Amino acid sequence: MRLEVDRERCVGAGMCVLTAPEVFAQDEEDGRVRLLDRDPAEIGDAVQLCPAAAITANA
Amino acid sequence: MTTSVPHLTELPLERPKGCPFDPPAELGTLRDEHPLVRLTFPDGHEGWLATGHTIARAVLADPRFSARQELMHSPLPGAAAMMEMPPAAPGMFIKMDDPEHGHYRKLLTGKFTVRRMRLLSERVEQVTTEYLDAMERQGTTADLVPAFAQPIPALMICELLGVPYEDHEFFRRNVMPLNLPDASAEEQGAAIDALGQYLYKLIVAKRAEPTDDILGELTTTELTDEELTSIAFLLLGAGLDTTANMLALGTFALLQHPDQLAALREDPELIDGAIEELLRYLTITHTGARTALEDVEIGGQLVKAGEAVALSAQAANRDPLKFPEPDRLDIRRNAAGHASFGHGVHQCLGQQLARVQMKVAFTGLLARFPKLRLAVPADEIPMRTDSDIYGVYALPVAWS
Repeated sequence: MRLEVDRERCVGAGMCVLTAPEVFAQDEEDGRVRLLDRDPAEIGDAVQLCPAAAITANA
Repeated sequence: MTTSVPHLTELPLERPKGCPFDPPAELGTLRDEHPLVRLTFPDGHEGWLATGHTIARAVLADPRFSARQELMHSPLPGAAAMMEMPPAAPGMFIKMDDPEHGHYRKLLTGKFTVRRMRLLSERVEQVTTEYLDAMERQGTTADLVPAFAQPIPALMICELLGVPYEDHEFFRRNVMPLNLPDASAEEQGAAIDALGQYLYKLIVAKRAEPTDDILGELTTTELTDEELTSIAFLLLGAGLDTTANMLALGTFALLQHPDQLAALREDPELIDGAIEELLRYLTITHTGARTALEDVEIGGQLVKAGEAVALSAQAANRDPLKFPEPDRLDIRRNAAGHASFGHGVHQCLGQQLARVQMKVAFTGLLARFPKLRLAVPADEIPMRTDSDIYGVYALPVAWS
C-alpha cells in the first residue's frame, strides 16, 4: 500500500508508532508523525486508530 | 430524519450491585437501541448523550463539535455550579479548539512521544522495585493504594515535570476536590487557587534558574508564566489520579479473574494487550462533552447548534458492535480503539506515559508476589463511586 501522512493534522498521540513501529516514527522535536516506509506491506489498525485522521493508505 | 429517542433526565451513574467493574446497566440497554439519546444536563441544558462507540468517536473527531469552556455543559453531577464559565485561561488547552489548542499541544507532544516514554521504563522499574521492597519489609499484607498504586505515578509525573515530590501531599489534597463532583464551588475554587499559586511560584523559580525537566524546558519557550502555570496544572492533575486508579482497580480486576491473571503470569508477553483490555474494561473516566458549533446531523439525529453532546466512554467501551462479548475481561482480545484516552485532537497527551507505567508496575507486582490475593472479601473493597475517576479507595492485599 501507499501511505501519506498529514503532519498538519497530526496531534502526536503516537498511536501509529505503537501500532506499526517499523513504519511510523515521531519527530524528536515536535512529536509529529514521520514515515519510515512509504510502501509497507502491513500497518495493522494504524489508520483507524489515529485520533486525528492524519494517515491515508491507498491500496 | 429525526426519530423519537428516549430522553434521560440525568446521566446514569449507579453501577450494578456486586459488579464493581461494570458500568451502569442502563447505559448498555440504551446504547444497543439508541446510541444517541436526549439528556437533560445538571445545569438544565437540553442536549444529548452518546453511548455508541461509532457515534462517540465521530463526535470527538468532528471539528464542528467544540471543547471550548464557555460553551461547555458537563453531564456530571455538581456541574450545575459551573454554569456560564468564562473562556479558558491562557494555556488551559483542553478547553480550547484549534488553532489555539493545537498551538499549545504542539509545544508538548515532543515531550510525550512513545520513544521518550519508553526511555523512562528503567526509572519506573527502579521506583516500582523500591515500593515493592517496602511492601515486603512491611510484612505480608498491605493496602495496595498508598503502598503502590498512588506513589509510583505521583513520583514519576513529579520527576518528569520537575515538581518536588516532597510536596505531593499538598498537591494531592488540592487535586482531589477537582475530581469530586460533590465538592462545592468554593472547595473547588480554593483547590484551584492553592494549586495555581503553588505552580506559579514553581514556574517563576524555574524561569530564574531553568531545570532539566519538562516545566524547566518549557520556560525557555515563548509561553508566559500564566500559560505555563495552566499547563503545569493540567499535566500534574491528569497524571496523578488516573494511572493510580488504573493500577489499583486493574489489580483488583485481575485478582477477581483468576484465569486471566494465570494467563498473564504464564505469558508475560501478553502484558501490552492486557493493559489495553483493562483500560477498556474498567474505563475509569468519562469523556466529558462537546458542543455543536453548527447544526450537525449525526447518527440519524439533528444536533442543533449550541446543543451539547455528552460522551460516555464507559458505554462506548462496552459496545458489542466494536468489542464482541464486551462484558468479558479477555486480555487476549484486540482492545485497541477503546475510548479510554478519548479520540480526536484532544486524545490524551500522556497516554504513552500511562502505558509505560502500567506495563512496568503490573509486571513488577505480579513477578514479586506470585501468591498475591485480596486480604478481605471483594465486597468489602471501598469503591470510589463519588469521584469523576473511578477506582478503589483501598485495596488490602496479602502475598504469603
